[in-house]
Amino acid sequence: METYFSIKPLLAVLVSLIAVVLIVIPNQRPNVRESWTIMAAIAKCAIVLSMLPSVLQGNYPAITLLTISPGISLALKVDSLGILFALSASVLWILTSFFSIGYVRGVPEHKQTRYFASFAVCLSATMGIAFAANLLTLVIFYEILTIATYPLVIHKETPEAISAGRKYLVYLLTGGTFLLFALALTYQLSGSVDFRAGGIIPEQVSKSSVILLSILFLLSFGFKSAIMPLHSWLPTAMVAPTPVSALLHAVAVVKAGVFGFARAIGFIIGPQLLHDSGASGYLAGLTAATIIIASLIALRQDNLKMRLAYSTVGHLSYIVLGITMLSASGWTGGLLHMVNHAVMKITLFFCAGAIYVRTNCKNVSEMNGIGRQMPITMGAFALVSIGLAGMPPVNGFISKWYLVQGALDVGQMALVATFLLSGVLNAGYFFSIVVRAFFFRSDKFTKFGEASPLMVIPLVLTAIFALWLGIFPNQFPNLFQLAARVASNVLGGGGL
Amino acid sequence: MSSLSILTLAPLLLFAFIATLVGIWRLKWAYFTAIIGVVLSLIAASTGLFRVLKEGELRHFLGGWPPPFGIEYVLDHLSAFMVIIIVFIGLIAVVYPPEAGLYQTPRKGVPMYGLLMLLIAGLVGVVITGDLFNLFVFLEIYSLASYALITLGGDRAVVASFRYLVLGTIAGSFYLLGVGFIYFSTGTLNMADAARLLPPLYGSPAIMAAVALIVIGMGIKMALFPLHVWLPDAHSYAPPVVAAVLAAIQIEVAAYVIIRMLLTVFQPQYFIEVLPVTTIIGWVAAVGIIFGSVMAIAQKEFKRMLAYSTVAQVSYIGLGIGLANPLGLIGGLLHILNHAFMKSSLFLVAGGIKYQTGLHEIPQFAGLGRKMPLMMTAFTVAALSMVGIPPTCGFFSKWYLILGGLEANNWVFVAVILASSLLNAVYFFRVIEKIFAVKPSNELSAEVERAKEPSARILVPILILAAGIIVLGFINAVIVTQVLKPVVALL
Repeated sequence: METYFSIKPLLAVLVSLIAVVLIVIPNQRPNVRESWTIMAAIAKCAIVLSMLPSVLQGNYPAITLLTISPGISLALKVDSLGILFALSASVLWILTSFFSIGYVRGVPEHKQTRYFASFAVCLSATMGIAFAANLLTLVIFYEILTIATYPLVIHKETPEAISAGRKYLVYLLTGGTFLLFALALTYQLSGSVDFRAGGIIPEQVSKSSVILLSILFLLSFGFKSAIMPLHSWLPTAMVAPTPVSALLHAVAVVKAGVFGFARAIGFIIGPQLLHDSGASGYLAGLTAATIIIASLIALRQDNLKMRLAYSTVGHLSYIVLGITMLSASGWTGGLLHMVNHAVMKITLFFCAGAIYVRTNCKNVSEMNGIGRQMPITMGAFALVSIGLAGMPPVNGFISKWYLVQGALDVGQMALVATFLLSGVLNAGYFFSIVVRAFFFRSDKFTKFGEASPLMVIPLVLTAIFALWLGIFPNQFPNLFQLAARVASNVLGGGGL
Repeated sequence: MSSLSILTLAPLLLFAFIATLVGIWRLKWAYFTAIIGVVLSLIAASTGLFRVLKEGELRHFLGGWPPPFGIEYVLDHLSAFMVIIIVFIGLIAVVYPPEAGLYQTPRKGVPMYGLLMLLIAGLVGVVITGDLFNLFVFLEIYSLASYALITLGGDRAVVASFRYLVLGTIAGSFYLLGVGFIYFSTGTLNMADAARLLPPLYGSPAIMAAVALIVIGMGIKMALFPLHVWLPDAHSYAPPVVAAVLAAIQIEVAAYVIIRMLLTVFQPQYFIEVLPVTTIIGWVAAVGIIFGSVMAIAQKEFKRMLAYSTVAQVSYIGLGIGLANPLGLIGGLLHILNHAFMKSSLFLVAGGIKYQTGLHEIPQFAGLGRKMPLMMTAFTVAALSMVGIPPTCGFFSKWYLILGGLEANNWVFVAVILASSLLNAVYFFRVIEKIFAVKPSNELSAEVERAKEPSARILVPILILAAGIIVLGFINAVIVTQVLKPVVALL
């Protein structure tokens, strides 16, 4: 694994910050303002894609900016794991930007400048998290992400939104506080905070310290990745506009938490120490419980966005479970699911947004026969539901296959059963919507009438992505190769 | 030998009198005269810092009399660090327009700039002097100036100022008594000389009493819980600029005196192991952090909330002293700098709001974010720094303090620091939410409706401080390695 100096990681972080400056210029026409967002999104995606070939060859672009604390630098490095996360976030930002424009003009929302500016800051922070070369850099961007999302959560400024914002802050700042503790303890135990595949905590560290560190990481990243019982901010935050839920609460913010787990377990504590301390078993149990409970709650939700939120809670725990199983297949499956779930869930949120803008429906029970009015939207919804239930040919099947493989590798039949049961439950809560939409009838939806193309085209594209990644997992952008490489680097080929 | 130390002090003292005299003749010119004086001092202070970084300690014998006979002024890493903070914040305070910062335009007969500069001069004097008694003199100079300045805040401020005067005088007397004991035991008032003569006397009850008296006296000045009772009134009724100076640099100077005693006058081991001074300060500070934060949550009045927040924040510095290891003390010292920027910008924002709208209670602030976006953005930056969100500077003082806590294996202190960031979040996000989260359809109060962004004279100092909060976060490693590492090397 070679690294070489490149300014590209920094540019990928900065490009959306520059966009923020341009967005907040007062008194410009909305079309001009939105064009900054679109340009920044495309530029960011192009920068990330341009780094992909060299990362695939094992050449990692890296840049060290300045010393931020004696012995620790503010440094960015694009490795296989980082680019997986960055790719999904930056590609989906382009689509979300178009979708957002359609959404905020369709509803219409107020304070759109603040909305687009906050969005751009969030994306910068996400890139920073993806490319952080050490834990301190990650913490800095992680906290920026927490704060920058707050204006988006309270965007509607209703009492409900404001109280959701409070809950969001209480949960996520508490997580941030534990993260600071974990960071300091890491530094204390190992004298360094640089990420290294296989971990940096020295072997002679006592078992209790490793357990404490694991608990602290669980309490810090567990909030953003919504592991029960730390999850309840996520459904509450669904009060935010739908594009926010789509990109941030299905892709960027929650995946930052999951990504943090991957960094903490694979690159700080190290699988061997975690396994020896026995903490991984408890983590796996907690996430398995989250998967089942969240799916059961999702079944009972009538509000479509809430159902999607609980489904997200469940699927995030797939990923964390894959990581904590500490087997190569589990890691591969978990990391693939990080991207696959992002593509699928964003499609569903786009669908929910399009339905809301076009028909003002929020609840599943009002959606009888909606497939007649919005066949394209609901078609995409149906396709992606298949994937989330873990069935071929959609990409969810691939990641689930490896997750189950990982569970079999470590000989945990209970985890295999968890994945299978969750698949059934997913099918239950998603297919019921599809059945309502296409096979029930109502007088409300008789004529064809889709939402604006700005909203429909993005959701069709993400559905096509989901299909593409399901049929050709190792074609462009070679997600499988990236995930498998991370797994073998972290676990040294085999597993534990 | 270098006279740079005295050169930072002289322009302040001199221009304090010039500004007062000019004020009698032409009131407006006093403002500019004062600015010239502080700028001269700032130039000397910066030069001093660079010289110290290059050459180490700079000493000046006043009147050419060598110590222990004459008074000595010393610019070392610690005092150069303090001086530059004091003079910089002092400059911001003097530049900030008096109608917003002091509640009134200068009047004949009230030497406002003279007092403000005497206050700054006294603070600089305490920090650069190498003489225990001379320190007391400057202590009284800055205290007297601050008593007078607080009263500019109106009727309630007069009462608050009197309470502060009583307690401040007691504090000063405690310090003087302590110095008296040291003088009777060693026969010297020079710090370096005393440091040489004291070790054989460490067992003597007189020296132990001296330590207790000095630390308690400075504990009052520093508003260390439970000696903080004077602070909330004095700081919330004082005019914004005075409150900014009091909170941002004045109480920190008392912390400096304790650190100076710990590091220079006595051997650190005496305070850490022989007498449990640092341990007591640390635990008292830990209680103070929680107490101050909880009280701040309970306040409706904006400046009063900031005042209680100061009680909590100065305890961070106390906690750094209490940890008594290099990382912890770095955290405490860095927090002196960070807190100076944060708290002064917050008080200046309070002044700006009051001047523009007449409002001072948090519930009345609804919708201000729309009317004065720039000032409220600056406020948000300072508030986030108080909470400790990276990359603002407030994060880094917490980072070093936590590292120090882990180093000392003191998990309670670590928990206190972590808990306090959450408490800070509660009372600052309450304000942020009030200011920004208001629907355009909601009706705003008449005062807020009329409000608009303040003039550049109010805005620029605030924006400079806010920008400083972010810049300090990024350059904190430079400050720590260049300036603070040599200081804590004495531990």
